[in-house]
Parts: sequence; structure tokens; C-alpha cells
Amino acid sequence: MSSANVEPRDAEPRTGLSPRQRSQRSRAIQYAILVVIVLVAAFTANWGQIATVFFKPSLIKSAFESGLPTAFLKTIEYTIGAFVIGLLGGTLLALMRLSSVGPYRWLATIYIEFFRGLPAIVVFVAFSLLPLAFANLVIPFDPYGTVWSALGIVSAAYMAEVIRAGIQAVPKGQLEAARSLGMPLGLATRKIVLPQAFRIVLPPLANDLILLVKDSSLVFIIGTSAGDFELTGFGRDLANTESNLTPLVTAGFCYLIITLPLGLLVRRLEAKAARAR
Amino acid sequence: MSDPLVRAVNVTKSFHHQEVLKGIDLEVDTGQVVCLLGPSGSGKTTFLRCVNQLEGIDGGRIWVDGDLIGYAERNGKLYRLKDKEIAAQRREIGMVFQRFNLFPHMTALDNIAEAPVQVKGESRAAARQRAHELLDRVGLGDRGAAYPAQLSGGQQQRVAIARALAMQPKLMLFDEPTSALDPELVGEVLAVIKELAGEGMTMIVVTHEMAFAREVADTVVFMDGGVVVEAGPPSQVIGDPQHQRTKTFLTRLRSEQHNT
Repeated sequence: MSSANVEPRDAEPRTGLSPRQRSQRSRAIQYAILVVIVLVAAFTANWGQIATVFFKPSLIKSAFESGLPTAFLKTIEYTIGAFVIGLLGGTLLALMRLSSVGPYRWLATIYIEFFRGLPAIVVFVAFSLLPLAFANLVIPFDPYGTVWSALGIVSAAYMAEVIRAGIQAVPKGQLEAARSLGMPLGLATRKIVLPQAFRIVLPPLANDLILLVKDSSLVFIIGTSAGDFELTGFGRDLANTESNLTPLVTAGFCYLIITLPLGLLVRRLEAKAARAR
Repeated sequence: MSDPLVRAVNVTKSFHHQEVLKGIDLEVDTGQVVCLLGPSGSGKTTFLRCVNQLEGIDGGRIWVDGDLIGYAERNGKLYRLKDKEIAAQRREIGMVFQRFNLFPHMTALDNIAEAPVQVKGESRAAARQRAHELLDRVGLGDRGAAYPAQLSGGQQQRVAIARALAMQPKLMLFDEPTSALDPELVGEVLAVIKELAGEGMTMIVVTHEMAFAREVADTVVFMDGGVVVEAGPPSQVIGDPQHQRTKTFLTRLRSEQHNT
């Protein structure tokens, strides 16, 4: 019925195609363009050059032998620690932003705007200067303490905004129900509001975690020693000594080994949370 | 009988310069059921929320079981209570909401057991045991493991009643407990509330269910425009209303309930 009604009303008799046929045709054109681009790229590329500069088997092998697994582990360790600090700090900042106490709100807002607006690399440079400025300053768990706090401080600013949005997305009736059962504000927040808020913001939080995996590559700025290199630092170092990019590319692919399963895990958690809603 | 369980004197409350409660006086004796009737915007829900301090009052006083609600009186001056003290007062007062407000991340059983564990410090096992008994009492003994989203509206509201009862309150407040329900689910919730009334629970119920009010209420209070228009036994207020506003409201409500 719909197509019979639509066609006479279509003032331009240009094609005589139904909307569905038109959309099919435009999609076919898009696919064709894509295929042409891929083919042109494939035939014009210098495959031999690409293979020797980016994927030299002997260098892939030596990367694995000279400490890639350690760097892989470091990346994970740096990320997890920073995520924990970011999550705790972010939650605290989010609660401060929603507090009825003015100074808490102002402090949190200043912190968030400052560290969210500043490039992470600048924060890291500042961190690397800390020992110069304060000679007696000792950050525990070297080098982890430094890396975790540098990454975590920036990450907390981002997560705070995500978590705040999550808290505000929990219906007001939930807090009222908890309070009507005699729960003080802190308890109601911890047991009723936050668990629901975190379920809501799981996807954006996971996004922050994946960003953090990659941001951990910035820690070379703080001046970690060779034994503490994470993936990018390791790949860059080896690429420099070998004058070949293969180690860096290899290290790059290792990030996917971390981030792809993370994405998968998040989708599972989301599905589970959706069922409980 | 001695002092009333609930005593409200000249309670006033404004939202953004609009006075919603213009001096409410109300007394509820222990074991009594009071139904609040009135058109929407009459202030009945606001009053209920004031009793539980979900809203603060601007003037007047409310006592529940002899305790001044929300304030401490020292040397003739009123001091606002701290959050912990307010929480302690709320423990004695159960509340059932129009939209149930069950905790969606917990099973029905844990919805009921959570507050006794966290607030009263009961052991998880003991609280679960009692939660089971309460679920049995509202006719849902087999649904303890279900999440709220897996329950019908009527079932959710019955769990919400059980959750409020788990704190063993002296007073139960019902805020339009059946207004969000499909018509065929209203009966099962009203039956639970009736049973509770029969057991001697003191209750204030905001409702539009006339038959229920007539059958269960000891006192019916008709509110309009932020004041109590008339109050008395249901036979009087519903059966033989004296004020024109009450008559108009009841007539309209009857014709609406006739149509649905």
C-alpha cells in the first residue's frame, strides 16, 4: 500500500525507483568506491619495502627475545594501577561535584577542568620535574608510584565526569527509597546509588580504560629506565637501535591484544547488566 | 488511648514561593488507618513526604510517637537534626512509593534484607530468613530470587511493602500505592494493605481508591488547595460530604472510576 501511495506523489519522475531500491543503489556505489581504493592501494604499494621496514621477521623474533613480554606486562601493570587510582579519585571527585558543600564542588570543578584541559604530556613533564623541585620527595613503589599517580591524576578528571553523569542518571526515587528505610546518606550512596551508577557508565568507563592502555605509552617522558619500559618505550628504543620500525609495529599490535578482549568483556558485562535492569 | 502516634500542627510548606501546604493539622492514633483523598496538587503527597522528611517543612510541627520530626527543641529553640539522626527517625516509619522504587540491582529477597543488615546490623542469614517470611506474607514466597524487572507491577509493589515492613516500623505511609498499576493488579496490592490494617498497623494512605478507603479507613481526610477541607469517618466524608469541594471531587472521581 505504501509504495502505491508514494509513487504518484513523487513529483520528479526521474528514476521510477522505490526508496528502497534507491538506497540499495547508493550503497552499491559506496562499496564499489571502497573496493577501487583498496585495489589501487594494493597495486601501487611497494610491498617489499613495507615488509622489510615494518614487518621484518628476524626483528619480530628478536623483539620477543629481548624483552617484549616484559614490556607487555609493564603496560598492563601501569594501566591497572592507574585505572584503580583514576576510579577511586574519579568517584571521590564526582561525589564532591554533587555535594551540597560549596567548597567541595569548587575544588572538584577546578581539578576536573584543569586536568581535563591540560594535555596529558604536560602533566607528565611536570611530574618528571617533581624530584628536581622537591629534593626530598620520595614517591613510593618506584617506578610504579610515579607512573600510576601521573596517569591516574589525569584519568581521574575524565572518569569523574563520567561517574557524575552516572550518579545523576540513577532515578531520584532510588535514593528516596533507601533514605526512607533509614539509611544515612553515605550508606545509601554506597549501597544503592553507586552500584547502579557504575552499571550505567560501564561502557564509557571501559572506553577510558582503553584510552588509558594507550596513554601509558606517554610514561617515557617521566624518564623510566630501560628495564621499566612499557610497550611503546620498548618498541621505540629497539627501533632506534635497529634503524627499522618493525619493533615499534610489533609493540603496536600488542596493544590490540590487550584492547580487543577488553572490548569483548565490556559487551558481555553490558549484556549482563541489561538483563538485571 | 493516650497520645496520638502522629500529630501534625499547622504544617506549612512552599515550593518556589508557591504554598503547597497552608497549615495542616492531623492526628493519627495508634492502630488507626487514615486515608488522604483529594485532587492532584492538593498537597496530600507532599504532606506524606513531610512526615518522612523527604521534604522539609517551613512551618508548624510534626511529632511521631512523641518525637519531634526533623528538629530538636532545646531551651525553646529549634535545631535541625543531623543526617544520622534523621535517618534514625525514618527507621520507625515505613514508606511505599507510587512507582515502587525497588532496587533494580538486587533480588527481591535482598531488596527486603538489605536495610535490616546495613541499618540495624542484623546478620545476613537472619535478615534473609525474615525476608522469606515477609515474602510469604505478601504471597510471593517463591519469587525471592527474581529481580524487580522480572516481576509484574503488582508483585513489585508487594515486595516494596515487604521491604518497608522489614524495618518493623511503627507507622506505614503509602503514597498512591496502586496508581501506577494496571487495573487488574490493583486488587492484589490492596488486599495486602487491608490485611496489614487488620493486624493493627498504623497507616496513612494517599489513594484514589474510594471503595478501599470506605472499607479500611477509620478516618478519611479530604484535602484541596493545601488545606484540610473535611475529615471524619468514611461514612460521613464519603457517604455524606458537607463541603461543595468534596462533593464535586467525589462525583468526578465516581464517574471516572465508572468509565474505566
